Amino acid sequence: MKRSLAVACAAALLLTGCGTSQEGDKPAAAGPATIDYWLWDTAQQPQYQACADAFHKANPNYTVKITQYGWDDYWNTLTTGFVSGTAPDVFVSHLSQYPQFASQGQLLPITDQVKRDKVDLSIYQDGLADLWVTKDGQRYGLPKDFDTVAVIYNTEKLKEAGLKPAEMAELSWNPQDGGTYEKAIAHLTVDKNGKRGDEPGFDKKHVATYGLGLNGSGDAFGQTEWSEYAMGNGWNYADQNPWPTRFNYADPKFKETIKWFTSLIDKGYMPNLDIVSSGVGQIDAYGAGKYAMVTEGSWNTKTYWALKGVKSALAPTPIGPTGKRASVFNGLADNISANTDNPDAAWAWVKFLGSPACQEEIVAKQAIIFPAIKTATVKAEQAFADAGIDVKPFTTHVQNGTTHLAPIAEHWAEIKATMTETMESIFAFKSDVNALDQANATINGLFG
Amino acid sequence: MTSDTVRAAPRLTPGTVPKIPPSRRRRLGDLPVAALFILPAAVGFAVFYLWPAVRGVYLSLTKYNVLTPPRFIGLDNYERLLGDHLFWNALKVTGEYVLINIGTQTVISMLLAVLLYRLTKSMLVRGIVLLPYLVANVVVALVWFWMLDFQLGVVNNVIEWLGFDRVAFFGSDWAIPTIAGINTWRHMGYTALLIFAGLQMIPPSVYEAAAIDGASEWRTFWRVTLPLLRPVMALVMVLSVIGSFQVFDTVAVTTGGGPINATRVIYFYIYDQAFNRFNFGYAAALSSVLFVLLAGIAYLQMRLSRAAESDLRGS
Repeated sequence: MKRSLAVACAAALLLTGCGTSQEGDKPAAAGPATIDYWLWDTAQQPQYQACADAFHKANPNYTVKITQYGWDDYWNTLTTGFVSGTAPDVFVSHLSQYPQFASQGQLLPITDQVKRDKVDLSIYQDGLADLWVTKDGQRYGLPKDFDTVAVIYNTEKLKEAGLKPAEMAELSWNPQDGGTYEKAIAHLTVDKNGKRGDEPGFDKKHVATYGLGLNGSGDAFGQTEWSEYAMGNGWNYADQNPWPTRFNYADPKFKETIKWFTSLIDKGYMPNLDIVSSGVGQIDAYGAGKYAMVTEGSWNTKTYWALKGVKSALAPTPIGPTGKRASVFNGLADNISANTDNPDAAWAWVKFLGSPACQEEIVAKQAIIFPAIKTATVKAEQAFADAGIDVKPFTTHVQNGTTHLAPIAEHWAEIKATMTETMESIFAFKSDVNALDQANATINGLFG
Repeated sequence: MTSDTVRAAPRLTPGTVPKIPPSRRRRLGDLPVAALFILPAAVGFAVFYLWPAVRGVYLSLTKYNVLTPPRFIGLDNYERLLGDHLFWNALKVTGEYVLINIGTQTVISMLLAVLLYRLTKSMLVRGIVLLPYLVANVVVALVWFWMLDFQLGVVNNVIEWLGFDRVAFFGSDWAIPTIAGINTWRHMGYTALLIFAGLQMIPPSVYEAAAIDGASEWRTFWRVTLPLLRPVMALVMVLSVIGSFQVFDTVAVTTGGGPINATRVIYFYIYDQAFNRFNFGYAAALSSVLFVLLAGIAYLQMRLSRAAESDLRGS
């Protein structure tokens, strides 16, 4: 450990400089213990603090200390923590990140603990628990929540355009002419002179309100950008998921989807990449009335409803050429560090976080995310409804089986880097969709 | 540091130096004391700079992902580097940034310094000039990012009100000039103060002489002020060019290297390779190349500007 510590210092010096590393005080295994717990979402900190308090009440020996880092710093801090021995005992983990930590032996498998304590994995939404089992059959986490994608629209703009919420719920899409979905987007787009996107004389260079907002090119994931269309067109990320060996970014179905999607930019219905990257973010632009609708993940729902000056409603993602809607199905879980001081305490806390006591009794009532436990999801739906938000457009995917797993793959950082460059180039019209052939070949090359 | 270069100058002239015969014992006698005084700094340098640098060079010859031990692979990383289009792109983008940043920053700072020197003795004004430098880099970047936002930013609203088209300041064409401009704004006051200190070192007598000879203001600046400022300018340029090459936080906070690769400056690329993609060996190779490059540039600058010499003699 010492050796790698020096190296980490050397590396960290490049950027920050390196102080003395703090060795956490090591409590005796049986006595009282403090569990270090990290998460990234400030909006979710209160509900997990409540869980931590309940956990402490049930196990007076264990105290949970929660630390929050912003998403951008979270993974770097965690990696540095692994190297220097200051990683938390338990942390909120992401499907795109945990495979590389697991393959490098930084995570504690909980396979035996789950068996020993007879944890019932059928209480979770179908498929979620299996996401946290690696190729070698080891389990690393219990699902804590799930998320899907839906359309959020500005009700005022919808009314001005003369569209009905019922129409929004029945939109369909295809890669040739965009279907009724594109018609709605075009009609919701308004230029500086008040001309709508589907009217003659529409000035696509001076748009006041874009029909559809954009968050970015979506790199290799496109979770809230293009995944709902591509998968509604019968496309999948790879040959298998989890643990793919061949990716499908060169698939004609993917290419035609991206071609259609970027054509919205050219038509002036969606902001171009320059505008998007010269902007603080999709949420703020939507809040300022620059976008009539956006595609968003369920975890941001409350943030949109908290925006002042706009009233929003939800619609499901459009029906694709397959005749079905589609959404990425992603979920979080808690991982335990391999070098935790107190594996028993860490496991007890993870088990509690995955239990109805936390998810159903506490988290569901906050109406911020959808807990992974089926009965808790129902409670969360009710809590959202009580707050005036009809979240069926999100949960319809789970009820109708139109969810598609988020890609869980090795080499994800490399895949992301390759796809970011290629997709941004396509979105900026610097290359056409055939650039994906080269990118896909590069990515498949990573898997030998 | 600036004052030393000028103040030390008279001592170099023969006559002013007291003639003490150099004695071997005496020189040795100073050594232990000198070593004692240097020791704290030397330890810090060795532990925090020298050792990591040596480790870095070693790591650049390995495949290393932090969490498993490094594996020696010889010059593979450097070979990969030569064929990496993103590395060359990073050099190009960084070069573009440095040119714009140093160009605007030096001209504006010089102007500011001369104005400060000629027009005001107010400490308040000097303080205000320094103000942007006192704000954290990240805060500066964030505030400008908001102000320059395409759809919501105040700058674009003013531009549109004036009748022009909105500008995507962080789009692929404008991103580097914008980021260079933001950092010019932050650093110009600091650089101006350095130059200002240099201006104060120029003895008033040379200006009086120039005035008696009937030199115009413009001519005085080019023929008297600038040449006498050269050692200070050399220092300022070396420091600011090296600092400029190290641009990182502004990019990290605003564009994150995009759009496409328009702002993937070398430091950000190194960071990306090391901390996002866990290619520490390759990142170390990139850093080593940058080290050699910066050392070369600094050396060239020192040589070309004859930084160690002063034109002020026997004044």
